Amino acid sequence: MNRNNTWTIIRKEFARFFGDRQLLFTTVIMPGLLIYLIYSLMGVGIRNMESHGEQDLVMLKVENMPPSMLPLLESADSSIALLHEPFGQADIDALQDKDINVVLMRFPAQFDSLVASYQPSTGLPAPNVEIYYNSANNASNRVYMTLEAALTAFENAQANLFDINRADSEEQTFNQASDDQVVGDILSKLLPMLIIMMLFSGTMAIAPSSIAGEKERGTIATLLVTPMKRSELALGKIVSLSSIALLSGISSFIGIALSLPNMISAGNESIDIPFNYTTNDYIALLLVILASVLVMASAVSLLSALAKDVKNAGTMVTPFMLVVMLAGLLPMFQSGTAQNLAVYLIPFYNAIEVMADVFAHSMRWTPVLVTLVSDIAYTGIAVFGLTRMFNSEKVMFSK
Amino acid sequence: MDEILRIEGLSKTFTLSRKQQRLERTQQRHKTAVDDLSLTANRGEIFGLLGPNGAGKTTTLRMLATLIKPDRGNAWVDGCSIVTQPEEVRGKIAFLTSELKLEDFFTPNYLYDFFSELHGVPPSTAAARKQSLFARFGIDRFAEVKVANLSTGMKQKLSIVISLVHDPDIIIFDEPTNGLDVITARTVTDYLQELRSSGKTIILSTHIFSLVERLCDRVGIIIDGHLTACGSLEEVCDGLNIEDRFFELYKQQKGDEQ
Repeated sequence: MNRNNTWTIIRKEFARFFGDRQLLFTTVIMPGLLIYLIYSLMGVGIRNMESHGEQDLVMLKVENMPPSMLPLLESADSSIALLHEPFGQADIDALQDKDINVVLMRFPAQFDSLVASYQPSTGLPAPNVEIYYNSANNASNRVYMTLEAALTAFENAQANLFDINRADSEEQTFNQASDDQVVGDILSKLLPMLIIMMLFSGTMAIAPSSIAGEKERGTIATLLVTPMKRSELALGKIVSLSSIALLSGISSFIGIALSLPNMISAGNESIDIPFNYTTNDYIALLLVILASVLVMASAVSLLSALAKDVKNAGTMVTPFMLVVMLAGLLPMFQSGTAQNLAVYLIPFYNAIEVMADVFAHSMRWTPVLVTLVSDIAYTGIAVFGLTRMFNSEKVMFSK
Repeated sequence: MDEILRIEGLSKTFTLSRKQQRLERTQQRHKTAVDDLSLTANRGEIFGLLGPNGAGKTTTLRMLATLIKPDRGNAWVDGCSIVTQPEEVRGKIAFLTSELKLEDFFTPNYLYDFFSELHGVPPSTAAARKQSLFARFGIDRFAEVKVANLSTGMKQKLSIVISLVHDPDIIIFDEPTNGLDVITARTVTDYLQELRSSGKTIILSTHIFSLVERLCDRVGIIIDGHLTACGSLEEVCDGLNIEDRFFELYKQQKGDEQ
């Protein structure tokens, strides 16, 4: 009849959503904020774990300290208090108390000459260094790792036959991947799934209550006795729900984008994250996100229309969400872009592939187009399906 | 007489679920809710569909409101078929039942404008009509109060007002006084008479005899989906009061079946 009814429905959905501060906060503001806080905290946490700020002093008792090892141990860790004295079984047993910051190390007597004269080809057991520690005590464990690393390095130095990738000057690099490529690779594996999940949770926050909820509360019947066409109602619902879901998705995306530097540079503050994407990349990204939000809102709306109530809708959507999440994981297990264009006809997976391509700096327009066209077709089918459901007394009125 | 509603051979069968079969103590998979029902109603009258619970009253009214589709038969509302022209039919009627709810989140003011728009009422007409309807039902004082915070009676009055935004010629009202306190019920029945005197047609369903006696010009008695009697109140009653006449018909109908 006219487009106005669709517009009226869209305006009502917006009035419902934006008029409800709590709903607005939980679906639009909170996701972005939470993601930013959680990811940033994770980054800070990882950095703290690896940093060498405040460390507890550890007493290291060494028996038979060989002269060759002394400089190595003294420079290994500033938090070690070195003690040259023998120890017995009672000292080892005492380590069972995990609050004692002590590590015991025993070299065989005449360690240096034993090492020098040892021939691996004889098949005899090699000289053995014993290190007693308690892995439940962080400081003890840390010192053990340090000692083990130092000894391994010492052992390697003893029999150095060749080196791998020894840089003879500062300029020499062996890994020829640019920073762009490295970051792009990480992003293309991580972000598509995250984005799809964010969009999904946004959709889930609003679509079931807007459709199954209206059915449950009996308000949809009031709409159905107006002269409006069922198709106008279906289109109005899907467009408004998609828009709101998109807002929620954008909020999450901003959260990710802001916290990403904190995440990636977690262990290494010196990494500069290049975010060198072209305008075309951003356009493609936005288009496929729009298209997949439409399909997502359509799918969740259809399931919600079938559901008896909001709770039932949640149960029905969950398996579907798991499948989509699995699809989101796929870029982690594959390399390169999909050559077969038919792949881009699969809803959600197509968006994930395109996004992975964009982040990996290998965006091509043909797959983007295939994705857009097929997603719009699916939305059209969903509007048709939802119209049928609004028309069906079985779906709308059976309990 | 100016005929405004014509129902011809309307039938509706529901498929019963296993649970419903158990509840109804029957082995049948299908239940005929409305069986070959035909009647007409005239402009400017109150027509009552009288029958016990489960007789098929609500199903008939829902078919007229195009919420469900008949299996057989047809009905014409002011010349428009409920089967082939559902949007036009919905534009001509008001349909009222306690099952139709209004969204708690919105105010009467907002909802009135929203439904006016869906009915395509020009804004100036809508504003004037809103003012008079809100004043008539005392909603004006609550115009900006969310539906969730309105009393049950006020919600019911608002539902009536919302159903009338497009000034329809036919008002279909399922159990108009069900669940209302005496004062609101009186407001509603008074308003129905007012609507009749302004030339509107009212089709209502009820199981309350006194309501039929007080309000209806013509009545159809519906038992087990069949229209067993139909005509003016005098014709149907045939010298008895409506309650005695109903039980006489009820015994006949049930006796025929056994």
